[in-house]
Amino acid sequence: MTRTSIRLFAGGALLAVAVAACGGSSSGGSPSSGSSPSSGGANTASAPGITATTVTIGSHQPLTGVAAPGYDEIAPASNAYFQWVNAHGGINGRKIVYKYLDDAYNPAQTVTVVHKLVLQDKVFAIFNGLGTPTHQQVVAYLNSQKIPDLFVASGCLCWNMPSTQPETFGWQPDYTIEGKILGQYITQKFKGQKVAVFAQGDDFGHNGVKGLQDEVPSSQIATIQYYDPTNTNVAPQVQKLAQSGAKIVVSFTVPAFTALLQLTALQLKYQPQLVVSNVGSDPKTLAGLLTSFSKGKAPGSKLIQGIITDGYLSSPADTSNSWIQLFQQVHQQYIPKLPFDGNVEYGMAAAYTFVQALKAAGQNPTRASIVSAIQSSHFTGPGLVPFGFSSSSHAGYTGVQIGVIKGSAIHLLGQPMTTDDGSGAITPFTTQQPAAPANGIPSN
Amino acid sequence: MTPINLILNGIAFGSIYAAVALALVLIWRSTRIVNFAQGGMLMVTTFIAYTLVQEHGQNYWVGLVVALLAGLVIGAVVERVLVRPVEGASPLNAVILTLGLLLLLQGGAGMIWGNGVASYPPAFSTIFYRVGHQELLFSPNYLFVVVSVAVVVVLLYLLFQRTSIGLRMRASAFSPEVARLLGVRVGRMLTLGWALAAAVGALAGVLIAGTAPNYMNPNGFDALLIYGFTAAVIGGLDSPIGAVVGGLLMGIAFAFLNNYVSVQIDTFYALVLLTVVLMVRPSGLFSRTATRRV
Amino acid sequence: MPGVLGRSTLLRHVLFAVIGGAALFLLTHELGEFRNSQLANIAYIACATAGLTVLTGLSGQVSIGHGAFMFIGAYTAALFLKHDLAERLLQHSGNANFGLIIVLLAAVLVCALVGGVVGVAAARLRGPYLAGITLALAIGIPVLPLWSKLEGPLGGHAGLPVNAPAPPTSVDYVRFQAWICCLSAVIVIFLLANLSRSRVGRAFRAVRDDEISASLAGLSVARVQVLAFVVSAACAGLSGGLFAIVAGSVGPASFPLSLSFYLLAAIVFGGLGSLAGAVYGAVLITLLPNWSTDIANSLSLSMRVQNNLPLVILGAALIVAMLVFPSGVQGLLRRGWGTVARRAT
Repeated sequence: MTRTSIRLFAGGALLAVAVAACGGSSSGGSPSSGSSPSSGGANTASAPGITATTVTIGSHQPLTGVAAPGYDEIAPASNAYFQWVNAHGGINGRKIVYKYLDDAYNPAQTVTVVHKLVLQDKVFAIFNGLGTPTHQQVVAYLNSQKIPDLFVASGCLCWNMPSTQPETFGWQPDYTIEGKILGQYITQKFKGQKVAVFAQGDDFGHNGVKGLQDEVPSSQIATIQYYDPTNTNVAPQVQKLAQSGAKIVVSFTVPAFTALLQLTALQLKYQPQLVVSNVGSDPKTLAGLLTSFSKGKAPGSKLIQGIITDGYLSSPADTSNSWIQLFQQVHQQYIPKLPFDGNVEYGMAAAYTFVQALKAAGQNPTRASIVSAIQSSHFTGPGLVPFGFSSSSHAGYTGVQIGVIKGSAIHLLGQPMTTDDGSGAITPFTTQQPAAPANGIPSN
Repeated sequence: MTPINLILNGIAFGSIYAAVALALVLIWRSTRIVNFAQGGMLMVTTFIAYTLVQEHGQNYWVGLVVALLAGLVIGAVVERVLVRPVEGASPLNAVILTLGLLLLLQGGAGMIWGNGVASYPPAFSTIFYRVGHQELLFSPNYLFVVVSVAVVVVLLYLLFQRTSIGLRMRASAFSPEVARLLGVRVGRMLTLGWALAAAVGALAGVLIAGTAPNYMNPNGFDALLIYGFTAAVIGGLDSPIGAVVGGLLMGIAFAFLNNYVSVQIDTFYALVLLTVVLMVRPSGLFSRTATRRV
Repeated sequence: MPGVLGRSTLLRHVLFAVIGGAALFLLTHELGEFRNSQLANIAYIACATAGLTVLTGLSGQVSIGHGAFMFIGAYTAALFLKHDLAERLLQHSGNANFGLIIVLLAAVLVCALVGGVVGVAAARLRGPYLAGITLALAIGIPVLPLWSKLEGPLGGHAGLPVNAPAPPTSVDYVRFQAWICCLSAVIVIFLLANLSRSRVGRAFRAVRDDEISASLAGLSVARVQVLAFVVSAACAGLSGGLFAIVAGSVGPASFPLSLSFYLLAAIVFGGLGSLAGAVYGAVLITLLPNWSTDIANSLSLSMRVQNNLPLVILGAALIVAMLVFPSGVQGLLRRGWGTVARRAT
């Protein structure tokens, strides 16, 4: 029984699910209408999961087990935003019913709960299914059944395959895009300096490293050390990072292992400049993990000062931002007991994108109409960068902005950059992030 | 990576496996049950200490003592209420029962403390020792872990070999009928065995939680239970010394294999190590009764 | 007629199998899609639990490692399909369903082979040492795809896609899967029922009850125990192959230690040593998590409590079952039946 197990194996696959969000200033795009096959007239039960008054969607989430820490906040946060929308009359008079089930990050359970959602609960779409190894087990099924598989919660490149997986859409920037933009920043800021890399030994780490290697010349990369998320003994790897003489360590890590990296470096009296990808850099989470270990010497929040990272949403600590204000309001009203951190912001922002998609799909949406509406969309919202959605791309956010941890917030530097997961150039994105709508409901 | 450092690193982690293995050995000795709920029990006692230390600002040692006491109580209660009725029944029923208890404890802890992330303070500095310019992968805190485990082993040895209560416990475990005839309150001895084991587990939990920042959640100790069990089987389930040797052996083997082969497949190494040991000694390294019946 | 049936065990088993198969076939037509997918689930788990019952219930050897055999069966099936090995073996005879049979047979054979090797090692071990090595199998084998040397052929964390042949005609996809799984389960249980009534089955029981008497009676204890492992592993292999086809892909994380524990819990829950018990166990262990989640979601509770309630219910159910009816569902039914029979006479 035991999540024992899960720790060992599913856990073995505790692929990073990218989650934390961070700070921001600008973004843009233009409103879209999407294709609306049936507008005007009365609401009908136009598709499975859609009635005249409701839209039912489902998700698989790690609510218990090894991946639950932090990620168990995401679905409640999405749901809180849906409740907000419902309280404001819903979308086209329909209320959103969000059924998210626990898969404990075990892919076999993911299969079971997705079957249940599709076959018994007859959901209209699967939204924000969390995790690479988990969601990979249901992608083929969802596509063969033509069920929209929207905004998967992981940065795997594998959600962007519109020719073989026409129903599946990513949401957050993929790990290679992040790696490229971090890499470019490093080559500019730390010209010619040796860089060491610490990465999770799975698709998260490998694809992040791939992006980094696109930008940082191999002569500059002193060593690449991988870790397994079930194996907390990372001292040998970190010692190799230290012995490489690199003053900069780039890490593609989940928060617990960012903390472990920091702690182990501290034990070795090794103090490199850390560059941490978005997934593992939520300041609140990191400070909480490190506090116990720096007792008497420095508060946990002090250890993380100056960490360079990246983000595609505004920092949750940026209370002057209209999106953060909106999400805080939703948070206060529906889930006040959860911490207001990057995970909560992530859940709400993804929910916002879903509401945009639903709106774009027309008064009486069908499974086909929401897919084509997303493909022809130009959604703008809380993101600092645009989505890559088109008929030939199902990539989510196409870039990130570099930031640095100051206090308990991520302060964004320069401007957002966009690129692709191939050999495409990295270009600045200059459109400003729009202000949040006054009532919190997208006008699209 | 120098061999010295690999060995030190192996000892540090091995002593952690050894601590969990010790608790399993104690329960096996007292009731012939493999307690798969051990990981859950020590998770709960560590969370109790966590509540005191992290949320109420208590001293580290207060937390440790309370965890030990909580372990004694939980161990005794579990034995009296849940395990007593299945003692003597099919050993499989006891296995399933302890698994059920593990789920119950993990779910319960999730309800009380949530499924979030938290960390537990170490007792001593975690900064590695240095010899000249070379860091050793070993810190005062690891030294504390190793010494604590060693002290527990010595105390257990004295208890079992040198005290009359230890003698009665051994008698109750190996031959309850005879012990009963000799006037030993067998039931109490079994309860005591579980209470002691849970206290040793509680110690292990607090020690381990202070070594890395990601143990404090309901599933945080899952892998350790498995490695602890493997270590106990390698050492021979009847032998506290075996548990320690098994744990250290695993820790050192993992350190070398991680360095020279791959960091991804520790559990496979455990399988290989266990297979090699059991093919040579079918009842573990330190079993006194080599019961080969084929 | 009853006389013939009473005398011929084989005939009785054939009749049961035919009736059972027909009943399941009709059932798949009555059930909706979701229930059919659950039925498929139950059926492939039943293959594994039936095999485990032979090992643990009949021959007295504990295994906490049957998830490893399911893993091997599933990956064998996936590799066969990936490399079109069945097609090549059949030299493009064109019938996809023959292909499916070959794939499942391959899963069975490979697992039988591995089961033999494990059985030889296990025959020397007893009690917790056997539990220990099988548990190590359950945790040690499914991580192999993560090893860089095997990542290529076995697909690493992502695992392998399983492109199962499509249903023959316009049969509903889920119903087709339920058919395959139920048919397999019926065949497995039929074969095991006959095995258990045969000389081999009696040898299993003799070894379980008293190894020394068994060897005095001329049985090779080790050989009997290895055979039990082979049979049991083969069943788990079939179960794994079916899992691969139902799930549509296989990955290392789908075979956690908990899977092996659930299989063991199922046979104890159902009633150790009886094939019927193995089936009850498969039903319960598949449906219980679903029920407990439904119960938790139907109540309005705080997030923490609601998320963890299914775990608590499951744990409590296992504990209560072990305390209240230690001989499982089958034991309960037997006792109930005994009472009825006694009253009737």
